[in-house]
Amino acid sequence: MNNSYKAVGLTEKEYKKIIEYLNREPNELELNMYGVMWSEHCSYKNSRALFRHFPTSGERVLQGPGENAGIIDIGDNQAIVMKIESHNHPSAIEPYQGAATGVGGIIRDIFAMGARPIALLNSLRFGNIEGSERVKYLVEGVVAGIAGYGNCMGIPTVAGEVYFNESYNGNPLVNAMCVGIIDHDKIHRGTASGVGNSVMYIGAPTGRDGMGGASFASVELTEESEEKKSAVQVGDPFMEKLLLEACLELLETGSIVGLQDLGAAGLTSACCETATRGEGGMEIDVSKVPRREKGMLPVEIMISESQERMLLIVEKGREDEVRKIVEKWGLHAVTIGKVTDNGRLVVKDKDEVVADVPAYSLDSSGAPKYYKEYQEPLYIQQVKRLQPESVPEPKDYNETLMNLLSSPNLCSKEWVYKQYDHMVRTSTVVKPGSDAAVMRIRGTKKGIALTVDCNGRYCYLNPRVGSAIAVTEAARNLVCSGAKPLAVTDGLNFGSPDKPDRFRQFRESIIGIGEACRELDTPVISGNVSFYNETETQAIYPTPIIGMAGLIEDIDKHCTMHFKDEKDVIIHIGETKEELGGSEYLSRIHGLEKGAIPKLDFGTEKRHQAFILSAIEKGLLKSAHDISDGGLAIALAECCMEKELGIKVQMESMLRTDVVLFSESQSRFVVSCSPEALTELQRLMDLQEIPYEILGTVESEDFVIDINNKNIVALKVKDMKEAWKGAFQCFMK
Amino acid sequence: MKFGVIVFPGSNCDIDCFHAVKDILGQEVEYIWHDTKELEGYDCIILPGGFSYGDYLRCGAVARFSKIMDAVKVHAAKGKLVIGICNGFQILTEAGLLPGALVRNINLKFICDTVPLRVESQDTPFTRLYNKGEIIRIPIAHGEGNYVADEETLKNMKENGQIIFTYTNNPNGSMENIAGICNEKKNVLGMMPHPERACEEILGNTDGRRLFESILLSLEENRKHE
Repeated sequence: MNNSYKAVGLTEKEYKKIIEYLNREPNELELNMYGVMWSEHCSYKNSRALFRHFPTSGERVLQGPGENAGIIDIGDNQAIVMKIESHNHPSAIEPYQGAATGVGGIIRDIFAMGARPIALLNSLRFGNIEGSERVKYLVEGVVAGIAGYGNCMGIPTVAGEVYFNESYNGNPLVNAMCVGIIDHDKIHRGTASGVGNSVMYIGAPTGRDGMGGASFASVELTEESEEKKSAVQVGDPFMEKLLLEACLELLETGSIVGLQDLGAAGLTSACCETATRGEGGMEIDVSKVPRREKGMLPVEIMISESQERMLLIVEKGREDEVRKIVEKWGLHAVTIGKVTDNGRLVVKDKDEVVADVPAYSLDSSGAPKYYKEYQEPLYIQQVKRLQPESVPEPKDYNETLMNLLSSPNLCSKEWVYKQYDHMVRTSTVVKPGSDAAVMRIRGTKKGIALTVDCNGRYCYLNPRVGSAIAVTEAARNLVCSGAKPLAVTDGLNFGSPDKPDRFRQFRESIIGIGEACRELDTPVISGNVSFYNETETQAIYPTPIIGMAGLIEDIDKHCTMHFKDEKDVIIHIGETKEELGGSEYLSRIHGLEKGAIPKLDFGTEKRHQAFILSAIEKGLLKSAHDISDGGLAIALAECCMEKELGIKVQMESMLRTDVVLFSESQSRFVVSCSPEALTELQRLMDLQEIPYEILGTVESEDFVIDINNKNIVALKVKDMKEAWKGAFQCFMK
Repeated sequence: MKFGVIVFPGSNCDIDCFHAVKDILGQEVEYIWHDTKELEGYDCIILPGGFSYGDYLRCGAVARFSKIMDAVKVHAAKGKLVIGICNGFQILTEAGLLPGALVRNINLKFICDTVPLRVESQDTPFTRLYNKGEIIRIPIAHGEGNYVADEETLKNMKENGQIIFTYTNNPNGSMENIAGICNEKKNVLGMMPHPERACEEILGNTDGRRLFESILLSLEENRKHE
């Protein structure tokens, strides 16, 4: 046996499995096809076994995991299509193109279902930005790449998050999410059905870019990774815009049986996946595939990850109709093969058969599936220990609060989202900077709220609860907008699954997400796994990013986090506990990333969320904001920024002052209401046994907090806003 | 009244302009594909924002060669109304229908924001419902909105009252803070800010509405005189 399997990232055992499938040794092309398809990126071979922990069905789920994207019903024959995907490794070595093509790929997944993409979101993680030229370069490039692609496509980038932590030094995370809208009866799937139907190729010609990108994503980053720049694709958003419009127009004709984007593992993946979902077989001729370079070998054509390409399964006899529409958009459609029912994926080069394999054997249904070993990481016991007495209380809370407001993780991200066109398509009702983006659905009274969330530090300290909190916090963001949370798409970013301690983080995280999604009735309808996010020295914090969509029945009743008018009453909902463990305060002010993270009680969480949602729907609240990173003090400050309003707050507490201000206890909110609405609001809170404390009132310009009749914070909102808004720009200098 | 929104490959604010005319003004409006050769029967033509032909060269440099542009020139020569917004403005300057050019923003970054504008002239069919000197807030979203022109051109524009909107807090480095200009005859307007994004309460801004209402009023008066 030769050991060429190693070069394509396979093991000896996997090679033997291929021989079993073929009853012979694979040739070079076949081996490469298995190499890319059986990479973690395409086959989920290391993660698949755990997906059973996710709830994936529900009365609103029209399409769960396994397709290009998930679909959730929003009533009136309309549905939301969504998916998140990572592009971490490409962005680590070529930030602009890596991020841009990440956006391009996720957009194709959405319109491959027949949907019109209406919103983009992203979740970014970088190493420590303070003083690192490399991190600044990555931030600059990634943000410009996302902007360059999304802006040109005319799809608004409406929400996101950006966090910095040492653990992402050398391995940044770039996760992009796209949301589309579709009518139920227009849903398309990536299915090659109907024997004899034509397989057509449209979009950009195939080049040698992105060779083996899927395999590249499935190994750790090393110093040699820089040399893999050829594994990073180059994006052309204009081509994609044409492709999008052409595809949506084609779908109106009824001539399209199936639609599939050419993403990771290129033609190989698109052919075997559509075949497996359909009649089972396909035959294509690589010599007919449009190429941009001369002398390309069949293997290069089959695994290239050139961007902006789609595969169409077209009803036999309607190819000319397709060609005509595609040409209107300045593109070409070429018939490269046909659907068969013999279960084989046959690749020809003119008349010569160059590959002939069972189609399903390449696909995840035929790929190996591993139950990896797991073991609690050594650090878990160490980081749990935190003596509260050992944390000195700040002497000057004005200074502490200003420090936090101008810290990389808590400061305004305006520098980032101002580069994204977040208003195109004139449907963005709540723009970036509030808890969630709100989009109206044109022609209806409805709206949707969208968010992405994850606290990596929590997940590092306690992967199971931290991951569950990512879900509940995402839901809290939606609820504060007046939306009922509907469904989840998850971007799971972890270290190497081959290391038992890393794999345990992954396993715990999946269980935590599954539990929270079941409790909140928000099924996981799509997602992406990205392993091997580590460098030679360290793994990233486990970062399961939760993308969530919610429905607002009456858009006029949506809510934002910003305080609206002076003299409005400010109320704190929920209970503050001594839970500084894992907090932003502990990390930023005391340099500690340890302790027990806040407890999460699903019963309390659900009751509080239900109360906030109903109060917004009844029109009782003028603002609502969830309390998360930075605790109550930061939440209050964030509510003041937009309209530059102040607060006068008086609290009583037995807890330490820093706990009162910065503890990140869960299931809490800051809301405001008009003085007239207070009686009714209190009646409801008493009736439903919601713990609350009336904090004070919204004022003109001073930010004043007294605790136990002693003044603790007295600042000008103008100064706070200046520090908070200007900080990011300073870090980037 | 009948409006036409031109669609170039890569246009992406076409839908927004379409809805502004249809839903806000309640007027008839059609999309016009870029390879159309004639523009008969339209009262006002809108060149929308976006990235025509990808804008990989200078913005608008390829779109100016589209077949439709000859028809736009004929339409404008008849004194009929043409408005170019964002990429539409860039195309109008490239096509020579408006003076000057738009180059990269001074900070070299794409900027999406809502910014204050001063209405410098109400003496155009597009701005008659605003007051001269009034400050309005209109969204911008561009990477190349930095207006440049030679001194002579700037001088002439000032004398003829062709500078229509200026930024009160220049975001992109434009000369004379220019945000929008018109031709000498004042029937062709180009502006980087997006009035179509500021027409509805639900979007939190209605300052752009009067621009579309001004156009409608002007068209209706013209029709009466005909």
